[in-house]
Amino acid sequence: MKAESGQWPLWEVFVRSKQGLTHQHIGSLYAADAPMALGNARDLYTRRQEGVSIWVVPSGEITASSPEDQGPFFEPANDKVYRHPTFYPVPDGIENL
Amino acid sequence: MVSRELPNSQSEIDNKELEQQFLDKITEEIKIEPKDWMPDGYRKTLIRQIAQHAHSEIIGMQPEGNWITRAPTLERKIGLLAKVQDECGHGMYLYCAAETLGITREELLNRLHEGRMKYSNIFNYPTLTWADIGAIGWLVDGAAIVNQISLCRTSYGPYARAMVRICKEESFHQRQGYAMMVTLAKGTANQVAMAQDALNRWWWPSLMMFGPHDSESSHSSQSMAWKVKRQSNDELRQRFIDITVPQADHLELTIPDPKLNWNEARGHYDFGAIDWDEFWAAVNGPGLCGDKRMKTRVNAHENGQWVREAARAYARKRSGGHRTA
Repeated sequence: MKAESGQWPLWEVFVRSKQGLTHQHIGSLYAADAPMALGNARDLYTRRQEGVSIWVVPSGEITASSPEDQGPFFEPANDKVYRHPTFYPVPDGIENL
Repeated sequence: MVSRELPNSQSEIDNKELEQQFLDKITEEIKIEPKDWMPDGYRKTLIRQIAQHAHSEIIGMQPEGNWITRAPTLERKIGLLAKVQDECGHGMYLYCAAETLGITREELLNRLHEGRMKYSNIFNYPTLTWADIGAIGWLVDGAAIVNQISLCRTSYGPYARAMVRICKEESFHQRQGYAMMVTLAKGTANQVAMAQDALNRWWWPSLMMFGPHDSESSHSSQSMAWKVKRQSNDELRQRFIDITVPQADHLELTIPDPKLNWNEARGHYDFGAIDWDEFWAAVNGPGLCGDKRMKTRVNAHENGQWVREAARAYARKRSGGHRTA
């Protein structure tokens, strides 16, 4: 990325805190390559057994939605109340529904 | 960011609207995230504050690192090593948070090394005895925790998240410092004297860590309005004093302030006047160890240059001469 300045590439770090949970974004760090990014992530983000598995991804490889488009981008879900169970009335006395 | 490039009056209208949306989020306690529109002043304030915080963690490794090789027991040594390692980690979290605002790591380090950015002047005091390491953990980290707990609710998302992680880790720092003080305070007459001497020297600088009085603090009111800061310098300082006095009492050490006194009506401790001349001299001058701290920092950076280059070259070689990431 910024090869001319000598700065190592930036990586995003995702940690699975225990078996059964998804990996969660926890922060970022610089490393020259993927193995170093993993090692640095272990030293930086799991010093107290906070993880059982780590993913590292070059930051530049992430495609993100942009905040300016937040409204229109997520708008299609706005008026679809019928996707929620509370939209549908339940007759009195009916349970387990 | 985009709208600032439009040089006409339409852009001013857009900016007003964007600023109102920004302020509405602040009012509603919605966190601001990196790519969101934000006023230039908010961005600058955050860069200054987060960077100063990051630099403090990094420079803060020096006064304590000074005693690692001379720790009295293996247990104390591994505890102190782990603490200093944490400070480094905290610096990394905070640099990354600052960088989400559009400043590079290189620029942050350049500004530190050229004296264009500050770090907490508490780290320009020398660590003269082993008891200082106890006093730093107890008082300096204690003061930092009071400040950082408040900052967990700061309005900028990446900063708030870094603070949460840091607070989780810092409580170990304060406890290991206090445990050292307990050992010394229950020890021989010499050890008690050492502990008292350390308290004498670190008490007032710790109170100064919270910054000038609210009435004198140049950045405070805007930072409070933007919810960058959630509690004022004086509120946080009072809180620190209130929780720390009983801890000193337990050690049977004397806080070096003859005016320190419980005020039943206020429900707080009253305390003596802070020597702000010393504070401003420390902020605006090199302090006792400022030149040494900066020289050590710059040397470490320059002497590490070949390591950074070698790692980059090795990565390039391993990837078959292609790009590294």
